[in-house]
Amino acid sequence: MAKKILEVQNLKREFRMGTEVVRALKGVTFDVTAGEFITIMGSSGSGKTTMLNILGCLDKPTDGKYLLDGVDIGSLGRNELARLRNEKIGFVFQAYNLLPRTSALENVELPLLYNASVSSHDRRERAVRALEAVKLADRLDHTPSQLSGGQQQRVAIARALVNEPVMILADEATGNLDSRTSYEIMALLQELNQTQQKTIVFVTHEPDIASFSSRTVMLRDGKLMKDTMNENKRSAKEVLAGLPVSDDY
Amino acid sequence: MNAFNLIRIAWRALQRNKLRAFLTMLGIIIGVAAVITMVAIGQGSKKSIQDSIASMGSNMLTVRPNSNVAAGARLDATTVQSLTLADVTALQKQARYLSAVSPGISTKGQAINGSSNWPTTIQGVSPEYLDIREWPIKDGIAFSDDDVSTAGKVCLIGQTVATNLFPGGESPVGKIIRFNAVPFKVIGLLATKGENAFGQDQDDVIIAPYTTVMKRILSTIYLQNIYASAVDENSADKAVDEMSQILRASHRLRSTDQDDFLVRSQAELLNTFSSTSQLLTVLLTAIAGISLVIGGIGIMNIMYVSVTERTKEIGLRMSIGARGIDILLQFLLEALLISITGGLIGVALGVTAARLVTVFLSWPTLVSESSILLSFLVCALTGIFFGYYPAQKASRLDPIEALRYE
Repeated sequence: MAKKILEVQNLKREFRMGTEVVRALKGVTFDVTAGEFITIMGSSGSGKTTMLNILGCLDKPTDGKYLLDGVDIGSLGRNELARLRNEKIGFVFQAYNLLPRTSALENVELPLLYNASVSSHDRRERAVRALEAVKLADRLDHTPSQLSGGQQQRVAIARALVNEPVMILADEATGNLDSRTSYEIMALLQELNQTQQKTIVFVTHEPDIASFSSRTVMLRDGKLMKDTMNENKRSAKEVLAGLPVSDDY
Repeated sequence: MNAFNLIRIAWRALQRNKLRAFLTMLGIIIGVAAVITMVAIGQGSKKSIQDSIASMGSNMLTVRPNSNVAAGARLDATTVQSLTLADVTALQKQARYLSAVSPGISTKGQAINGSSNWPTTIQGVSPEYLDIREWPIKDGIAFSDDDVSTAGKVCLIGQTVATNLFPGGESPVGKIIRFNAVPFKVIGLLATKGENAFGQDQDDVIIAPYTTVMKRILSTIYLQNIYASAVDENSADKAVDEMSQILRASHRLRSTDQDDFLVRSQAELLNTFSSTSQLLTVLLTAIAGISLVIGGIGIMNIMYVSVTERTKEIGLRMSIGARGIDILLQFLLEALLISITGGLIGVALGVTAARLVTVFLSWPTLVSESSILLSFLVCALTGIFFGYYPAQKASRLDPIEALRYE
């Protein structure tokens, strides 16, 4: 039995909007074991974003339990959550969120700057390795404006990898990219999942993207609608190979 | 999170927007440079006034007749004849806080040497006068008490007189000159003293025994001044009181009578001038200080804009593990780096400006370490003070909202 990375038990989250109470999550339960590549799907208003915020330790549940790598986040304060995010989670955002006018290397080093136990020598070495893992070893000194969208997202993935997290949490990570680049990113994530056994939680609303993962959790109206293993998981690499070599325009 | 990483983060953040950082700094640079230059000008003028007053003899006390009421009419101070040689003798005998006393009587006239002539002042004094004025002789010797008792026709001349009476540049010592109709033998040349605090040329003078001036030129028994020197600078005030008492006794004034003389000390003069230049320094510094505060407000303004503009960056930093305190310190440190770097540049600029003022305007300036240290300290405090609120605002952002901010 593989180790459980995420344990979500009867998770509830309510927001108070003036006098009204909005229940974004109404009791969701699921687990994620190490090495899984799971997508969380759902349309707008399904509670997907709230789920992501809680899984990313940016928000805390109103009720129910959420254990990340065995740690119950319900009892943690703001600073302890920050520390947990720094050590256990690697975020990948839709808009990349790289620091402008800052080299790829420095962008990737960023999470380690908030970890006092990493020396400056280690920091650099790990950042270089992370950039090698996303095949950008030759772009260390490029700033985001000198990189394409796909390359920027790969820098962001390197930044998510650099602190060796227990989970990569991707939020619509292909939302700003064309389909070819999206497939490239998915191929990279699949590779990281298979060769390095990285646990990946990918939040998306595109079924096409979800088909590359091994499991899909479907949310609707704050409840878990479906939790299915993906029988015929597609390989992004093969899809990429099937695309026409050049765009016809 | 260690301090070094924090400095690195703040420094890199500033590097990303060099122009903005520099423009923000500009307020501080100008403020600090202004403070340093203004204080340097203020201190410089104060110093030069002190120096020129000191050149008149720093412990010197001067007594002159005071205007007084005689038979209902107020008389001009210069026409009052109240000081006599008896007063000088009384002071010499009784005063404990005085180290030297000299009578003083002067008159204007024409000094003549051959075909050269020059309008100047002759000052009749005793040999102690040179000690009181701390005035060395450049060439020749001073006159003696014998010259005083015999009303000897000897004199010492100042540089200006020497230059005008002996345009050829030959030594005046041993030569005979005439003042009005009286021939004098020049026995010494005084060292250059320069202008006094009032801009008068102190070297445009002939010094002779007071007896000679009283008997041979003015035919008077009254003195115009009494010069004295206090034993040291600190006892100047006591010496003034003591002189007043002795002179009142010597003049037989009743306790209800006004003084018919006036005692002035250099210290008093120094205070008057110092307080004027002190006021000048305070005013200039206050104006410069205002520009420093405006510079600080500039920092606050830019930091606020920066926090808003970088909301997404703050959200990202928080999501990858920055705590509120890390964000707070980052922004505080950015403000501090701006103000300290601006302060350093401002100090360099201020010192240079002070030099330029001296070189091009010939105004005396004095850059003191304390003004540098103080303005630098004010800078750092300005950075912390005006950087704190924006930094606090940044640190309190909700990471979720900050990440979604567009």
